[in-house]
Amino acid sequence: MGRYVLRRLLQLIPVFLGTTFLIYALVWAIPQDPFAGKCGQRPCDPAYIAEMSQKLNLNDPLVVQYFKYLGNLLVGDFGTTFNGVSVGEQIATSWPITLKMGIIALIIEAVIGIIAGVLTGLRKQGFLDNLVLVSTLFLISLPVFVTGFVLRLYLGPQGFDFMDTSVSSDPTFGELILPGFVLGSLSMAYVARLTRSSIVENRRADYVRTAIAKGQPQSRVVGIHLLRNSLIPVITFLGTDLGSLMGGAIVTEGVFNINGIGGLIFRGIQEKEGIMVTGIVTLLVLVYLLMSLIVDLLYAVLDPRIRYE
Amino acid sequence: MTLSACGGGGGSNNATDGKENPDGTVSIYGTEPKSTLFPANTTEAGGGKVTDSLFSRLVGYKTEDGAPYNLMADSITTSDAKVYTIKLKQGWKFHDGTEVKAKNFVDAWNWAAYAPNAQQAASFFSPIAGFEDVHPADENAKPAKDKMSGLELVGDYEFKVTLNGPTSVFTTMIGYTPFAPMADSFFADPKAAEAKPIGNGPLKFVSRTPNALIKMERFEDYKGEDKVHFKTLDYKIYSSQETAYQDLVAGKLDFMEALPPSAKVGEKYKADLGDAVVNANLLGQSAIAFPQYIPEFKNVKLRQAVSMAINREQITKTVLAGSYVPSTSFVSPGIKGYRPDTCGEYCKYNPEKAKQLFQESGFTGTKLTIQSNQDGGRKEPLEAACNSIKQALGVDCEFVGATNFGAFRQIVDGKQLTGMSRSDWSADYPSIENFLNPLYRTGGSSNDSNYSNPEVDALLKKADETANEDEAIKIYQQAEDIIARDLPSMPTWNEKGIGGRSKNLLAAKMSFKRQGALESFRVKA
Repeated sequence: MGRYVLRRLLQLIPVFLGTTFLIYALVWAIPQDPFAGKCGQRPCDPAYIAEMSQKLNLNDPLVVQYFKYLGNLLVGDFGTTFNGVSVGEQIATSWPITLKMGIIALIIEAVIGIIAGVLTGLRKQGFLDNLVLVSTLFLISLPVFVTGFVLRLYLGPQGFDFMDTSVSSDPTFGELILPGFVLGSLSMAYVARLTRSSIVENRRADYVRTAIAKGQPQSRVVGIHLLRNSLIPVITFLGTDLGSLMGGAIVTEGVFNINGIGGLIFRGIQEKEGIMVTGIVTLLVLVYLLMSLIVDLLYAVLDPRIRYE
Repeated sequence: MTLSACGGGGGSNNATDGKENPDGTVSIYGTEPKSTLFPANTTEAGGGKVTDSLFSRLVGYKTEDGAPYNLMADSITTSDAKVYTIKLKQGWKFHDGTEVKAKNFVDAWNWAAYAPNAQQAASFFSPIAGFEDVHPADENAKPAKDKMSGLELVGDYEFKVTLNGPTSVFTTMIGYTPFAPMADSFFADPKAAEAKPIGNGPLKFVSRTPNALIKMERFEDYKGEDKVHFKTLDYKIYSSQETAYQDLVAGKLDFMEALPPSAKVGEKYKADLGDAVVNANLLGQSAIAFPQYIPEFKNVKLRQAVSMAINREQITKTVLAGSYVPSTSFVSPGIKGYRPDTCGEYCKYNPEKAKQLFQESGFTGTKLTIQSNQDGGRKEPLEAACNSIKQALGVDCEFVGATNFGAFRQIVDGKQLTGMSRSDWSADYPSIENFLNPLYRTGGSSNDSNYSNPEVDALLKKADETANEDEAIKIYQQAEDIIARDLPSMPTWNEKGIGGRSKNLLAAKMSFKRQGALESFRVKA
């Protein structure tokens, strides 16, 4: 087990190098002059362009630029954007907010999704089953921004006045519950459906029949035997979902004006600030890798047949 | 409602009724600054509004009409519009407590113009003698000096500015953001000032959370007549104008100087905001340029025909939902020297005459195009213009969109346009000069149409050199008349400045720069 984890952690290094280089190269390949439009209706002053290009190493060949960037990164310097604010500082303010929102979304989708999935999986074709099927279909068909706008309109000051129209610059957990719900709503629907089909399938499995035949109580059959095995695909989904919830929250962040990672990436791409995009995407890649490691370890916990040597 | 412009400080104000809280908090819509918060480096709106409230310059502009008045300057005198003697008011302080002296202006201007300091607005110092020495035209050359010979310190509170040639607009120009003074501590450590700018304006910098909030506080020692009547100011950074507008209506945000398109549809904002709508004249001029490097646009009849084929009246009313008015001149209304209808019949919709001129022009191409960035609501009015051209002239017209402003400007600045292009101009300072020189002079910094007419160049030069303002304006107007005849770009519409305040504010006005006029803000108790 320990060696397995170590091996997985060591694998992070080449993946880290590969992705950062790929992203760095991709951003600089965007066919747009970073100084175009930066100074309004008039072209930027040549001296300004020359100085800034030198400061941001824009004149070096790609590979040299990348290694300079990597060197700075190793000493904890994420670089500086055009407006003189360090990327590290910007990530440090946005990251906790996004992480909070991502975790809230994850909890909401896991709790509601799994409960709905288990209940419907056990009582197939009932009223509840049909209700969940229709409502998840509804959620899946709605784009996130529609869910966001509608909830903001009806729960905000112009509706039932449960919440403000946007969150503060340093939002608390409470403020992020609604944005988290919006963000997790789509995945919640998937989790419910995934759990349901998994439960339905496993109910007829031999080990469930054996458990019932042994005379175990219903709660133990479902809670221990059935659920643990049925959760494996769900956990896989949830694990990778945290990464996409964090990086893909641009729309939700925009609707509720949350200063998060998604918005930073979007702005970084728009302003052609490669170091910003690379810095954040690198972090997201690490989140994905760590989450998939945790998921793999959880497999062993859930299914006794899986062992890591 | 008149604004009490008492420089004596304190006292009750008579601008509004209702209880007022002199120590209240105001939140204003902001966007993340795109450059460092130095006055000479903030040429876009997000950073500009921050530095404008942190720094005061020699002259200020009146909120209503942009007329310049002496703010930090005690007097600005000249006999030939070439050599200016500037005396400062005494007793003004920077936010760190040091006094603002003449050398703070001289040093700041030299610093901003010095090429290696890479300030975006460095070229605004080019009228000053010796600019070439600190900022060579060739970007690879090393500047010979780090001080402009045209700036000369006379005393603690007096300095002399010598220009390359007579420039009558100089006294207006020095109210523009880059001409701010900088504190001594700035020159010792510019890097530290990046994180915590020290200004001499009505508000001082408190803290900043990137992409979220810039916090400021009233500077109690402020001597200017544009002091503020609230205690703290939050610039709240929004990534979406829609969300900010929702906050404004809900009372979570106090002021927005522009409203999102969705609020303008059917004039929804009037129902949402009621008497909290804030209006202003803006320094903007929307136009469509005919790049002269495209052979077919060398034909003036074609340019006139296209201009007459655009139904400005209808487009501003329908597609632009009444937030713009048709433009009939090359200068925006409200500017001194503005005359309506300088474009004459060529900016009036007349499909018959347009068709006739079009046939006379002998245009042989298959279609016309209008280029612009397609985001930010730019696409719809230009598509409507194209439709109008199509119907009136019977020639195909197509809107060609670039993904964003940067991509579009890259095409324009690289002179790679293949058709007409959106050429909207927002003036830097309120002067007729700033509507003509950058746009229509040969090699002007925003001369998108690549227009060049020696006659216009000569007149503009002559006007620049005329010390008497009224006479100078007359000559600028002559130049405008020739431009109207040549029609290198066609004025289309002028934006009406529409903003809004929340119910937390008793009063708020907006300046022609599309910024909240902070001295007019009154917070409800």
